[in-house]
Amino acid sequence: MPEDNVFKAKRGLDESVVTTISQIKDEPKWMLDNRILAYKKFLDMKMPSWGADLSGIDFANIFYYVKASQKTEKSWDDVPADIKTTYDRLGIPEAEKEYLGGVKAQYESEVVYGSLMKKFSDQGIIFCGMDEALAKYPDLVQEYFGKLIPMGDNKFAALNTAVWSGGSFIYVPKNVKVDMPLQAYFRINSANMGQFERTLMIIDEGAFVHYVEGCTAPIYSTDSLHSAVVEIFVKKGGRCRYTTIQNWSTNVYNLVTKRAKVEEDGVMEWVDGNLGSKTTMKYPSVVLVGNRAHGEILSVAVAGKGQHQDAGGKCIHLAPNTTSRIISKSISMKGGRASYRGMIMMAPGAKNARSKVVCDALILDKKSRSDTYPVNKINESEVTLEHEATVSKIGEEQIFYLMSRGFTDHEAEAMIINGFIEPIVKELPMEYSVELNRLINLQMEGSVG
Amino acid sequence: MMEIKNLVVKIEKKIILNNINLSINSGEVVAVMGPNGSGKSTLAYALAGHPKYEISGNLKLDGEKIDDKSPDLRANMGLFLANQYPVAIPGLGINSFLWQVYKKREKKLMSLVDFRKHVIELAKSLNLNLDLLNRSLNDGFSGGEKKKMEILQMLVSSPKYIILDEIDSGLDVDALKVIALTVAKFALKNKVGVLVITHYNRILKYLKADRVVILEKGNIIKIGNNKLAEEIEEAGYGEI
Repeated sequence: MPEDNVFKAKRGLDESVVTTISQIKDEPKWMLDNRILAYKKFLDMKMPSWGADLSGIDFANIFYYVKASQKTEKSWDDVPADIKTTYDRLGIPEAEKEYLGGVKAQYESEVVYGSLMKKFSDQGIIFCGMDEALAKYPDLVQEYFGKLIPMGDNKFAALNTAVWSGGSFIYVPKNVKVDMPLQAYFRINSANMGQFERTLMIIDEGAFVHYVEGCTAPIYSTDSLHSAVVEIFVKKGGRCRYTTIQNWSTNVYNLVTKRAKVEEDGVMEWVDGNLGSKTTMKYPSVVLVGNRAHGEILSVAVAGKGQHQDAGGKCIHLAPNTTSRIISKSISMKGGRASYRGMIMMAPGAKNARSKVVCDALILDKKSRSDTYPVNKINESEVTLEHEATVSKIGEEQIFYLMSRGFTDHEAEAMIINGFIEPIVKELPMEYSVELNRLINLQMEGSVG
Repeated sequence: MMEIKNLVVKIEKKIILNNINLSINSGEVVAVMGPNGSGKSTLAYALAGHPKYEISGNLKLDGEKIDDKSPDLRANMGLFLANQYPVAIPGLGINSFLWQVYKKREKKLMSLVDFRKHVIELAKSLNLNLDLLNRSLNDGFSGGEKKKMEILQMLVSSPKYIILDEIDSGLDVDALKVIALTVAKFALKNKVGVLVITHYNRILKYLKADRVVILEKGNIIKIGNNKLAEEIEEAGYGEI
C-alpha cells in the first residue's frame, strides 16, 4: 500500500517533534506544557529492566507522528478507498457495518472515521477521538487526563504523554446504559512508526458501556513500537467492560499501560487477548477505591515463535468489601514464551476484601516456555486471597481420543487449545471469538507468525 | 469384515499380544474375554491405532489394510472405539463436538436444529442427564456418564465396526443394561461388527455374542460360543 501520508514528522524524537505535534493539533497550552514535561521525564527515566527484553527498541529510528488525511471523516462514503480496503482486509464483518456509525477507527495516528450515531449523542454520550475531545471538551479532558496514570508512572507512559496521538474519548452520563459495544480498530501503517494512542473513558454513576478494541497490523521488516495509555474512571455504581484483541505483527513492541479507578459499587472488567507482537508488556489494573467495588481481569495470551507475551493484571484494594478476580490463560508454542505477572494489593482498612487469581498455562512443545510472577502485598488481616496456578501440556491420550473420533492431530490440538481458552473466549463478542479461534488455528499451522 | 492376521503387539520391546488371528464379520458380535493383564485392552488400542504400540501383522477393514493408518483415518473408515477410560477435554462443548463428529462420518447432513433434536432423543434413550449436553466433554463426569457419552458418540458417528473396551466396568446394572441393549439394537439394525472386550459375562446377557474368544497372556487360548462365557462366570479363568 502506498504511504500517501499528509504529514509525517521526522524520524526520532526531540523537543521540536513534541512541539510540532502539539502545534499541528492546535492544542491548548497546558497540553503542550504537559507534553514537554513528559518528554523530559521520558529522557530521565530508566528502561524497565524487571520484565521482557526491550533492548531491541531504537527510539531514534521511529516516526512519532504521522497524519494520514487532513480532516476527520464525517461519513462512511467520505472514507478514502484504500482505507476501506484495509478494513476489508482486516475482515470487519458485514454485520458490523451497520454499526460503523459508532466506529472510531484509528488510521495511522489519527482518527479518520468519526461520525457519531445520533442516538448516542441524544443520550449525551460522547464518543470521539482524543484530539477532537481536547478541542471540544478541554475542561473535561483536563480534569481527568493523566490523573490515573501520571506521566511519571513509567517510561512508556511518559513517552505516550509526550507524543500521544489519536485514541478514543468516551463519556457516558449518569444512568445511561449503552446497549451495544463501542468499537475501534487500530492498525500501524507506516514502517517503523510508533503508535501512541491515548484513551480516556469516564463512566458516570450507574452508567454502563462495553468498549471493544481490535488491533491487527501488516508485517513489516523493521521493529515498531506501540505504546498506548488507557485511563478509565468508573463512578459510583457504574460498570465498564473493555475488550481488546491485539494481533500486532511480530516485529512490534506492544507496551501498554491500562488502569481503571472504580468507585463504590462500580465494576470494571478488562478482557484482554494478546496474540501478536514481538514483545508485549501489559498488565491491566483496577484500583478499587469505593466500598464493594469489583474488578475483573480476564486475559489470554498466545506466544509463538520469537514472541514474548508478558501479561497479567493488578488489583489494588483500597476500600472495604472490594472484590477482584484475575483469570489468565496462556499458550506457548514454537519456542514462544508466555509470562504471567500480577499483583494483588490490599491496603490497611480494606476489610473483607476478596481476590481470586487463576493462572493456567498450556505449553505445546519442549522449546516453549511459561512462567508466573505473582506478587501479593497484603496489609490488612481480614481479607481472603486465593491463588491457583496450573501448567499443562497437551496429553497424548487427549490427542489419541480425539483422533479416534476421526479428527486429524492438528484438529485435535486445536480443539484442546480452543477448549483451554474457552472461559475467556465466551466473554468476547461473537465475531471476535470466531476470529480468535481462527487466528490460533492459523498460528498452530505455522501459516502466520 | 474386520480381519486380524498374525498380530503381534509390543510395547517397549515387550510382547503384549502374540500372533492373534481373529475376524469379525459385519453384523457379528465377538466377545474377547480374559483376566487382567491378558492383553484385552491392548487389542482395542492396537486396532484403533494408538501410537504407543509397536505392531506387526495384518489388520484389514473391509479388505483395506489399516495397520499403517493413523487413528483418524481408521475412524473415518468406520471404526469406532468406545474407550475404557474416556478422557476429559475441558472447554470442548459437547453439542458442538457431537456435530463435528457427525460431520466427519455423514455425507448427507441433517440441519443443525434437527441434529440437536436427534441428539436429545438419543440421550434420552440412554437415560443420560440432558444437562450434560451443555457441558464440556467428559469434564467432571461420573464413570457411568462417561460411558454413556461414548455410546452417544458411537450413535452419531454411524460406525461399521465397534470396539467396546470394558464398557461395562464401573457401571451399575441399569446403566449396563441400557448401554448393552442400545449397542445390540444399533448393531443389528445397521449390520455392524462388534468386538466386546470384557472381563465379565454380565454384559453378554444383553448383547449376545456369536463367538467368545478367551485371551490369556497375549494368546488366544480358546474360542467358543455363548456357553463359554457362562462357564467362565461359574468357574473363573483358572479352570479354562
